[in-house]
Amino acid sequence: MPSTPPSTIQRRITSVEMCDIVKRFPGVLANDRVCFDVRAGEVHALLGENGAGKSTLMRQLYGMYQPDAGEILIDGQRVEFHSPADAIRSGIGMIHQHFMLVPTLTVAENIALGLPSSRGPVLDLDKVSARVQELSAAYRLKVESDAYVWQLSVGEQQRVEILKALYRGASFIILDEPTAVLTPQEVDDLFATLKHMVSEGHGLVFISHKLNEVMAISDRVTVLRDGCMAGTIPGREATRDILVSMMVGREVKPLAPQPLQAGAARLKIEGLRAQGDRGTEALRGVDIEVHAGEIVGLAGVSGNGQRELAQCLAGLRKVTTGTITIDGKDLTHTELKAHIEAGLAYVPEERMRDGAIRDFSVEENVFLHDHAAPAYTHAGIFLDFRKMAAHATDLVKQFSVKTPSLDTPIKNLSGGNIQKLILARELSRKPKILIAAQPTRGVDIGASEYIHQRLLEQRATGTAILLISEDLDEIRSLSDRIAVIYEGHIIGIVQRGEATVEEIGLMMAGVSATHG
Amino acid sequence: MSVASADTLPRSRRLSIDWVNAAFRIGLLLLSLLFAFLIGAVVLLLLGANPLVAYSTMFTGVFGSVYGVTQSLVKATPLLLVGLGICIAFRASVINIGAEGQLILGALMATWFSLQFRTWPSWLLIPTTIILGFLAGAAWGFIPGILKARLEVNEILTTVMMNAIALQLMNLLLSGPLIDPAGITAGTYLAQSERLPEAVWLPRLVPQTLLHSGAIIAVLLAIAVYIFLWRTTIGYRIRAVGLNPDASRYAGIKVPFYQALSLTLAGGFAGLAGVVEVIGVQHRLLEGITSGYGFSGIVTALFGGLHPLGVIPASWLFGSLLVGADKMQRAVQVPSALVDMLSGLIVLFVIGSQWIANRWSKRRMAAAAGAKR
Repeated sequence: MPSTPPSTIQRRITSVEMCDIVKRFPGVLANDRVCFDVRAGEVHALLGENGAGKSTLMRQLYGMYQPDAGEILIDGQRVEFHSPADAIRSGIGMIHQHFMLVPTLTVAENIALGLPSSRGPVLDLDKVSARVQELSAAYRLKVESDAYVWQLSVGEQQRVEILKALYRGASFIILDEPTAVLTPQEVDDLFATLKHMVSEGHGLVFISHKLNEVMAISDRVTVLRDGCMAGTIPGREATRDILVSMMVGREVKPLAPQPLQAGAARLKIEGLRAQGDRGTEALRGVDIEVHAGEIVGLAGVSGNGQRELAQCLAGLRKVTTGTITIDGKDLTHTELKAHIEAGLAYVPEERMRDGAIRDFSVEENVFLHDHAAPAYTHAGIFLDFRKMAAHATDLVKQFSVKTPSLDTPIKNLSGGNIQKLILARELSRKPKILIAAQPTRGVDIGASEYIHQRLLEQRATGTAILLISEDLDEIRSLSDRIAVIYEGHIIGIVQRGEATVEEIGLMMAGVSATHG
Repeated sequence: MSVASADTLPRSRRLSIDWVNAAFRIGLLLLSLLFAFLIGAVVLLLLGANPLVAYSTMFTGVFGSVYGVTQSLVKATPLLLVGLGICIAFRASVINIGAEGQLILGALMATWFSLQFRTWPSWLLIPTTIILGFLAGAAWGFIPGILKARLEVNEILTTVMMNAIALQLMNLLLSGPLIDPAGITAGTYLAQSERLPEAVWLPRLVPQTLLHSGAIIAVLLAIAVYIFLWRTTIGYRIRAVGLNPDASRYAGIKVPFYQALSLTLAGGFAGLAGVVEVIGVQHRLLEGITSGYGFSGIVTALFGGLHPLGVIPASWLFGSLLVGADKMQRAVQVPSALVDMLSGLIVLFVIGSQWIANRWSKRRMAAAAGAKR
């Protein structure tokens, strides 16, 4: 039985309250009279879409921003934090989405970084190490204190971040989208840790937009929408439908894709090998077939070759060996142009880097590929603005892209609208094969729903779709078959509904499935 | 959910300029000019000159006479031509520091060709000389362009080095093959070419002045470059490559090709500047033919917002500054190098003001987005 952790908590907080918090940024009301409270011994989830004001609210609790109005009470006492250092001193810690670790330092060095040493100017790493070992035993956070951070997996790095907060005596800890980068198994481990921390009397804030996780871990759930409170409900009463309607402000119907008779194989990948950017082999023999009217979901933890595979398929990366066949045509060693002509469309993973030009207008972005097509030019030289505007207006309307005008620089649109426009552009070319990489990452629920609907419609027209995603819910709800990629090869392919999340999760972690 | 419908999307929107934004930016430009002149005034005081007198001589020197005004246009012409090339290169995110060398090549070609074919009639000789001068400058831009495209050699380094090569090439030719035979007979050995045949001289626009028809050509070219960059498929690609090479590559645009092309075109325009200096103003090639236009053209293009039409007034402004500085030097005994300092200050303030302007329009956008909620 775990004894009480060795005086981890400098100052035990029993409650944190944020009352009527208002935070304005130039032109944007990020938090509008938001109330939020956490008690010791509970996980309080903060749910909302991107831009709903979750992180802004928590950054005020962590002293990174100061509220314009409202107050923060700790154990009933009013406090004002002018910096994270103030918040840490009061026993509040925060685990950021992007880890704040120095890869070339050891775990102990990272934890000691920025803290005064007990031996003055001389480092006392042994003491730090001992204390870290104590903490990691008490909280069951397995980490070698003298390992270098670069040697650690993402899950382990997160444990270091949690240890860092505990080492600094945090009683209340804010976790900003902690599961975004984890495999399902790592998520389970994290949740076990969080439950243990709660039983030790910590208060936790769990920021997320993933409903399943919120329902699994939370004692209470607060939903923010457009900077306002949409409400707080007990975790056991939360259902998917309730949470979604709170987040979106209306009901969202779950997808129910009809099974389709898959047609001939449109995309055939056989024994594909290719190098990554650093010269190491990123793809080590990938075999996938995608048929007409089929969505194949490619699941996997990011960095296992998904990006390189998509680039090979688009003709943007050199193939070492193996073949890519599109509609019977060998396109292994051809460039992008030939792939496009063969009917391939590609929604790249990094939409603002590879899919759109920030400073180009909405209209100009529609024509990244087709600006020289005879339909939109005079004599192939001069752009025909009238026809371009007509086509762009069509797409904007068809795909409900919210934009003030065609002339607006695309960077002023929301992520969801940018993604809708990119998808509109790719689908308007009537592709035979669509590679959609992370099509809804960072996109709000409304737009995600819309994009999913469009992908299913496209599938119904006979397009072969390869859906690359880290979002297992997305993969599971859309795909006819699910392929799991691990370290550059396909570790297993399963039919829809044939495998549980756990089984897919195991494959994502590199454990071969028994069937498939 | 308010979705912009087809009817609400502005139709002739390319003409609908954001006037508030434009006025704000122009105001900032003028303000940066003012600040540069204020600091210049401090320097003048330190040099023991009266800034008011100095600046007023500058002003009357330019605007007080037909000669002053035409002379400022004469100096604006090569600045405009170089600036147009800079616009094309910088829009492709290619930094061309090589306009000096490209200008020299254009001047060399114009000199050699018109001396070689001095018997040709004007209507044939002038256009051919201009085209060949453009090509010579373009070739000098193509070399760093192809090196960048094929071998990813940094174009800033290569263009600077190509300047040195061009300068020494000109010196070599002027001390031998191209040297004025009259200078040899007279024993002066001046580093200048023979006087060019009158057939190649550009017609003067105002009698008794140096203003030549090259100025009109330059303005027409500015309009052409505007159309090229914003209304043609190639111009679209150049701008796409400059703003986001990754997305351009993903869209199937050959990024290195358009980078090399933009540098080649930039070289061509700088070459043109060399041509008009030779056949419009000097009527011969001589040492110092560039007058530093290859560098001040960059400043001019930046001040013009890297927009071909913006470079027209910008080049006139810097042309006037050059003329005014000459007058000031004579009137108040201040080195005309002061004007170099002024243009340096202007650039600093312009860059600073652009930072402010960007912040300001971001706020406006954010406010507009906030208001929509």
